[in-house]
Amino acid sequence: MSTVSMTVNGEAVCGEVESRTLLVQFLRENLGLTGTHVGCDTSQCGACVIHVNGKSVKSCTMLAIQADGADVTTIEGLANEAGLHPMQQAFMDNHGLQCGFCTPGMVMSALDIVNRNGHELDESTVRKELEGNICRCTGYHNIVKAVQAGAKAMGGS
Amino acid sequence: MYEFNYRKVDSVAAAVEAMQQAEDGKFVAGGQTMLPTMKHRLASPSDLIDLGGVAELTGISVENENLIVGAMTTHAAVAASAEVQQAIPALARLAGNIGDPAVRNRGTLGGSIANHDPAADYPAAVIALGATVQTSKRAIPAEEFFTGMFETALKDDEIVTSVSFPLPEAAAYMKFENPASRYAIVGVFVAKTGGEVRVGVTGATACAHRGFRLEAALGGELDAGGIDAVELPVEQMNSDIHASAEYRAHLVKVMTKRAVEACQ
Ligand SMILES: Cc1cc2nc3c(=O)[nH]c(=O)nc-3n(C[C@H](O)[C@H](O)[C@H](O)COP(=O)(O)OP(=O)(O)OC[C@H]3O[C@@H](n4cnc5c(N)ncnc54)[C@H](O)[C@@H]3O)c2cc1C
Ligand code: FES
Ligand code: FES
Repeated sequence: MSTVSMTVNGEAVCGEVESRTLLVQFLRENLGLTGTHVGCDTSQCGACVIHVNGKSVKSCTMLAIQADGADVTTIEGLANEAGLHPMQQAFMDNHGLQCGFCTPGMVMSALDIVNRNGHELDESTVRKELEGNICRCTGYHNIVKAVQAGAKAMGGS
Repeated sequence: MYEFNYRKVDSVAAAVEAMQQAEDGKFVAGGQTMLPTMKHRLASPSDLIDLGGVAELTGISVENENLIVGAMTTHAAVAASAEVQQAIPALARLAGNIGDPAVRNRGTLGGSIANHDPAADYPAAVIALGATVQTSKRAIPAEEFFTGMFETALKDDEIVTSVSFPLPEAAAYMKFENPASRYAIVGVFVAKTGGEVRVGVTGATACAHRGFRLEAALGGELDAGGIDAVELPVEQMNSDIHASAEYRAHLVKVMTKRAVEACQ
């Protein structure tokens, strides 16, 4: 076992992990942050996407020990006392979810898309950029609309 | 995943030493193949030596008409690099179409070629551009590097440090991608360098390779007129749930034609 420490959603945290502990396991099991989901064992579904040092990564495909010293943001880090993050609100307003299993990963990927592509996103950009996030329910249509609307709302705020 | 000793190193020399001391060690770069493989218990190394902290392995530069990319440079960094976009735009586009954004933020050039998945994109570029793979021991020409399915010329304690790509006059990559993983069902990289046209093919067979029959049909010109008449050895093509051998043979020619056209 070794000790890891990192910043998660602005708070310094530490914990004991095995070498093989995945970052997603550390978040869910050590820190109780169960908003980050696990939907596959092939690194393909994107339900586990979080930000590490400002970049989207699949937290099922990174070891907790590799995130030692890193700055991590999960879905739990987005809303504040004033309410939901504009991207979360856009998913709600546009019916961008049904069961919600893929949603945390979708929202975290969406924020990464905005970081790299700005606030005016066309449909084909969003579809291409969401290639690593799989949804079993919605058929993607409303997710794409939600990402476009959320991006716009973030630009306005 | 079975437990292992995690070894973090900060230099190539320390990584090599850690590997030599390990009972059954493996390097990890971006982990985008290594970690899923370990989860599935297809690999269970005694030690995992993390190259993530080795600063000397990252970076992009142009020197003496060569683009040099460090082994630990991520796909996202190659795709976004102004230097790569200017020197070999086809390589930047190739990197930007590997997997998805989260995979590109972790996956690396060195990991991709060391792993040599028969459906990986980079090997086609390394071969068609006539690149040289620099390792901790030696310089390996592209054509000697990829030796078989998931096999390369690398020794167990040998680390890819960088890849050096001679600047081409024209180059383009076309892939027919698997819609779930984005891996190449067939990918063809065409490059004209120093008056010679080379074709690198991935996804089609067990091993990324030079398309000598396609090159002969091109005869050193970026003119795809002769490609339809090329006969490819269907029996050597991969056949799986994604595409039959006949279909792959057909796709190799279609992707070659498209790549040649995109070079113009
Ligand atoms: C969902 C998904 C989709 C993908 N889609 C594509 C795609 O469309 N096209 C494509 O080409 N690839 C694709 N990949 C693979 C991705 O490109 C990875 O970058 C690649 O598998 C390995 O790079 P890595 O840095 O993650 O290496 P790792 O997984 O860390 O290592 C892979 C192997 O290489 C060895 N290794 C790593 N670095 C070195 C080095 N410097 N010297 C010697 N040995 C080394 C390791 O020991 C290991 O055996 C995909 C992966 C995923 C998970
Ligand atoms: S759980 Fe990470 S990609 Fe599916
Ligand atoms: S809403 Fe159910 S998986 Fe996307």
